[in-house]
Amino acid sequence: MILLINRAITDILNNKFLYIVSIFTITISIFIVSMFTLFFVNTNKIMDSWEKGIKIMAYLKSDKNIEENRKKILNLYGVKEIKFISKKNALNLLKKQMKRQSSLFTNIESNPLPDAFEIKMINFAKNHKKIDVLASQIESLPFIDDVEYGEKWIVKYINIFNLFKFTGYGICVVFFITSIFIVVNTIKLIFYSRKEELKIMRLVGATDNFIKNPFYISGVFQGFIGGILGILILFIIYLMVLTNVDKEFILDFINVRFLSFYEYIILILCSIFSGWFGCYIALKKI
Amino acid sequence: MKLEDKIKKDAIIRMFHVNRKYGSVYALKDINIEIKKNEFVFITGPSGAGKSTLLKLCYLEEKLTEGQIIIDGINISRILPKKIPFLRRKIGIIFQDYKLILTKTVFENISLVLEVSGHKISYIKKKVRSILRTVGMEEKINSYPLGLSGGEQQRVAVARAVVGNPEIIFADEPTGSLDKITAKKIMELLKSFHNRGTTVIIATHDNFLINNSYGRVISLKNGKIIKN
Repeated sequence: MILLINRAITDILNNKFLYIVSIFTITISIFIVSMFTLFFVNTNKIMDSWEKGIKIMAYLKSDKNIEENRKKILNLYGVKEIKFISKKNALNLLKKQMKRQSSLFTNIESNPLPDAFEIKMINFAKNHKKIDVLASQIESLPFIDDVEYGEKWIVKYINIFNLFKFTGYGICVVFFITSIFIVVNTIKLIFYSRKEELKIMRLVGATDNFIKNPFYISGVFQGFIGGILGILILFIIYLMVLTNVDKEFILDFINVRFLSFYEYIILILCSIFSGWFGCYIALKKI
Repeated sequence: MKLEDKIKKDAIIRMFHVNRKYGSVYALKDINIEIKKNEFVFITGPSGAGKSTLLKLCYLEEKLTEGQIIIDGINISRILPKKIPFLRRKIGIIFQDYKLILTKTVFENISLVLEVSGHKISYIKKKVRSILRTVGMEEKINSYPLGLSGGEQQRVAVARAVVGNPEIIFADEPTGSLDKITAKKIMELLKSFHNRGTTVIIATHDNFLINNSYGRVISLKNGKIIKN
């Protein structure tokens, strides 16, 4: 094992330039992949908190069977809690919220607001697709005039976010494949530059494993170093962004966090795998 | 035991109707040879006679076209690729062009043979030093091949060939590019390993070498045995 590692280190030192290029490519790939991971982890958290705050407002027609209607809605799947807000309460609430614009209400003769139900959902139903279904079910009830879930715009954001997500996945896959092919190329170049040496090794009784194992070690090494560097660069950029952006904005609105230990490990394992797999492809037919 | 059976038992290399063709041209044709353990054999003949090809077939650098070669009981025409390295560990090869790895030191070139066999570092260090002492190259242990003379490189090649205690040494023109004094030293080395029980097979076109040595002579011409 010691001899094997020695041979791998000697090999790396003898082909520094090729290995640096290969590690650089893996570093860039892992940097981009981890950047997307960081983005998705944080935006997912934001979307999740937004989704969890969603309530459905169901505005009622002038129907006096409040209790009966409440029961009908409560029977629908996904509804957790219903609060009746009378038109009078709604107006008071509005006035409270718009204290500074109180003059707006002075000329109002009658209350224009309808009675409404504020509907909260069970956690399982707090998914924009399920909210959509529930909202249209409520809207179809005869005593409902209109349904609104204030965060309707979230759905649009979620769609854009999903588009980003899939583009991100695509870019990650492209970079992952690129880094594998750079490793393949590096290993093949080194292999061919040492063809005569490897031929001699075979003639003195070296097995395929004896010849190939140092290449696998160097592949894993490339992946490991590339992974560490990629994450390190992202961490430095993350710290730079954090120190330059308004902290209140970050803490109140986004609450950004860096990758967890588990995510580091996954990224570094992916990086090591790309090094190993590149090596495997390069040496498969040799 | 019958004499024929005894010969078969003692034989370390047996060739039956060996043919090697390049396209439609025969490099070797209908070769039948039996070499006994601890024999000292010269394979001789002019350039293009097939001497090197015969050796290359034995250490599997080239493939047989027809026939069979049995080395130490192993039929190499049917050997599985994964078993080839293990057969080669029983063989020491000395090449005409030395075939030393230029990026490795003398020590590393020789130790490679022991590394592939899975020996421990401590044993490798001891053994390499001992073999370099035998060939008179101990002082050059950390030198690179390009810093050595032709004769020194060949002595390193000899050391590499014998360090694994092979049963057979194949030497392809081992003195081809050396002066007579150095050639004599190399031959003395080979004889000393032969005296320790190794079978030595030398391909050479140098009659001076053959005339000043002992051993069996197999002459080839145009790929055929003309004298055995």
